[in-house]
Amino acid sequence: MSSRREAYARKLDLARGCVEIGHGGGGRAMAQLIEELFLAAFDNDWLRAQDDCARLTVPTGRLVMATDSHVVSPLFFPGGDIGCLSVHGTLNDVAMAGARPLYLAAGFILEEGFPLADLKRIVESMARAARDAEVPIVTGDTKVVERGKGDGVFITTTGIGVIPAGVDISANRARPGDAVLLSGSLGEHGMAVLAQRENLSFDAPIESDSAALHGLVATMVTAVPDIHCLRDPTRGGLSSALNEIARQSGVGMRLREAAIPVKEPVRALCEFLGLDPLYVANEGKLLAICPAEAADTLLAAMRAHPLGREATLIGEVVADPHGFVEMETVFGGRRLVDWLSGEQLPRIC
Amino acid sequence: MKYLDEFRDGRLAQGLAARIRREIEPDRRYALMEFCGGHTHAICRYGIEDLLPAEVRLIHGPGCPVCVLPSGRLQAAIDLVERERVILCSYGDLLRVPGAQGDTLLKAKARGADVRMVYSVSDALEIARAQPDRSVVFFAIGFETTTPPTAVVLRQARREELGNFSVYCNHVLTPPALRALLATDFSSPHQEAATRGAGVVNGFIGPAHVSTIIGTRAYEFVATEYRRPLVIAGFEPLDVLQSILMLVRQLNAGEVRVENEYTRAVGAEGNRKAQQLMEEVFEIRPSFEWRGLGELPNSALAIRPEFADWDAERRFAVPAIQASDHKACACGEVLRGVKRPEECKVFATACTPDHPLGSCMVSAEGACAAHYHYGRFRQAVAS
Ligand code: SF4
Repeated sequence: MSSRREAYARKLDLARGCVEIGHGGGGRAMAQLIEELFLAAFDNDWLRAQDDCARLTVPTGRLVMATDSHVVSPLFFPGGDIGCLSVHGTLNDVAMAGARPLYLAAGFILEEGFPLADLKRIVESMARAARDAEVPIVTGDTKVVERGKGDGVFITTTGIGVIPAGVDISANRARPGDAVLLSGSLGEHGMAVLAQRENLSFDAPIESDSAALHGLVATMVTAVPDIHCLRDPTRGGLSSALNEIARQSGVGMRLREAAIPVKEPVRALCEFLGLDPLYVANEGKLLAICPAEAADTLLAAMRAHPLGREATLIGEVVADPHGFVEMETVFGGRRLVDWLSGEQLPRIC
Repeated sequence: MKYLDEFRDGRLAQGLAARIRREIEPDRRYALMEFCGGHTHAICRYGIEDLLPAEVRLIHGPGCPVCVLPSGRLQAAIDLVERERVILCSYGDLLRVPGAQGDTLLKAKARGADVRMVYSVSDALEIARAQPDRSVVFFAIGFETTTPPTAVVLRQARREELGNFSVYCNHVLTPPALRALLATDFSSPHQEAATRGAGVVNGFIGPAHVSTIIGTRAYEFVATEYRRPLVIAGFEPLDVLQSILMLVRQLNAGEVRVENEYTRAVGAEGNRKAQQLMEEVFEIRPSFEWRGLGELPNSALAIRPEFADWDAERRFAVPAIQASDHKACACGEVLRGVKRPEECKVFATACTPDHPLGSCMVSAEGACAAHYHYGRFRQAVAS
């Protein structure tokens, strides 16, 4: 392989250099960026072939494909960065069909002037996330936009995976009586990013929960193949995920506030800013809806996995023509857990 | 987070609710107005009404700074940012409040105006420092709580001689609004008819954060002049329940006092330092328009002439715009506690948080938004 590589007159200055327009131009500069940065980090047989596409062997069964663009600001935050996030986010989208992810593709839009050292950090973080997940990044693309026309780095990732036989998971399969399970505490990703963006410092910084969930999902579908719905409550948080499922399945939900875990620092920061943790984004949590009689088995399987150790039963699916997600508050009152409207904004008074 | 848990203990709440149920006199009605949007929010978010007996009725008041800003002032801000090409910094909720003909700062932003959401007034100052070639205006709103930080920043801007920073001041005062509510005395036959049975407000749940600044003494007139009990309460759901119990007890005993449930933060005199600061930087406007309450004398603050260079209204000759609200909008009645949000014809139909026709549907503290987000299922059951 190395014999095929071009010997560039001077190595890319990954410590002090910047992204230049030429790095997206299709010429030698682009080839060098790809070889010295992307290939070096993601290294695998498919990429080494250096074709415009990857030839993939896929097992029989139903394929799942998902794509997701990542535009997070800031690019680096406690517990992660846009690189690992772009891998986890798409793997999780694939996994929420109960599928085993097989391959990833990545597209980069880079802004002219972006430090190569930061890009290297991001790419290496992506490579690490993909390696840990055992899912190779097999093809990609790079474009450079002029300074001021991008926000440093945008990353789009696409993943494909295959659904094991006997698994049929969809947001339209929630049925009255089903149990609603949550894999862990809410709001860490969203509040970590917000705290970083707004320069809010705390004794114990909140770390993003960014993680790939397909391992947990594999454990879950093995224990209970008849899981009805899976969803990772990312943007819009738990409330949006549940409202979506309720609408698609034509059902309502009843939650118990006391059963929904939120860690103290997240709760405190939400309180401070007047935000509701039910609406805050997560990147390493999932919601599962399954028949009531399978709930204990599924909960046990989730708790046996490191990413589901704090899994809890948070409520049940009910018949409701309005599709309302309702919650019994810690006080014993009732409230609606509504869709988010617009963006969640901190309060004034 | 022990601090929070203490005030959200479900069992304590059940105990308090049971006590309220025990102590109410069945032939009496207890119509209690929570002045503050923070309380409205807590009441709806925690489903507090579910814990109360039918005799106790909570009426939402006008205490949401976003809701009471008249559309004309909002429209003036939109005009300012578009005409003068300034950077307009504002708290988030204001971006979605409709001005004239449903225009919003968010729409202006999409049209290219430089509108930025900030979390505090000092963020706006920071932007002005970082961009000396641009003029930065902070859109200041809020009751006594948010006023001292604005004062601090104005002093800072003057000290630094920061020529590109100014404040569009829309700070308003709580006591005059309470006075206005009480002056529309619900007991006159005319008013009784006008209020369509919303009727008498028997007592008030007084503001939490505002009172940390102005103290309990500022409300004495409610008891002495208008003969209504008032209990200052914190924003935690247990605070609200506790204050309801205190009001029930006063009403049962025929007492009319200003009581303080929020003793952990509020004293009789309030925060002297903050008051002096406000005094130094602001003066009282002879009159100011409130959405829902109309023109109220001595009810808002303007920036003193000593700080004229940092007063956006003087610098840019911000126009006084008379914008009327949407025809179907009942915000005024909702803000005065005359109508419940569900009684507005467009509630949850033409007016929703995604497409608000009125301001009460915008901020989380607005009564309509709180009912929409947290309580819509009740209406569905009723219909
Ligand atoms: S429903 Fe809309 S228009 Fe009606 S009072 Fe509420 S905010 Fe105003």
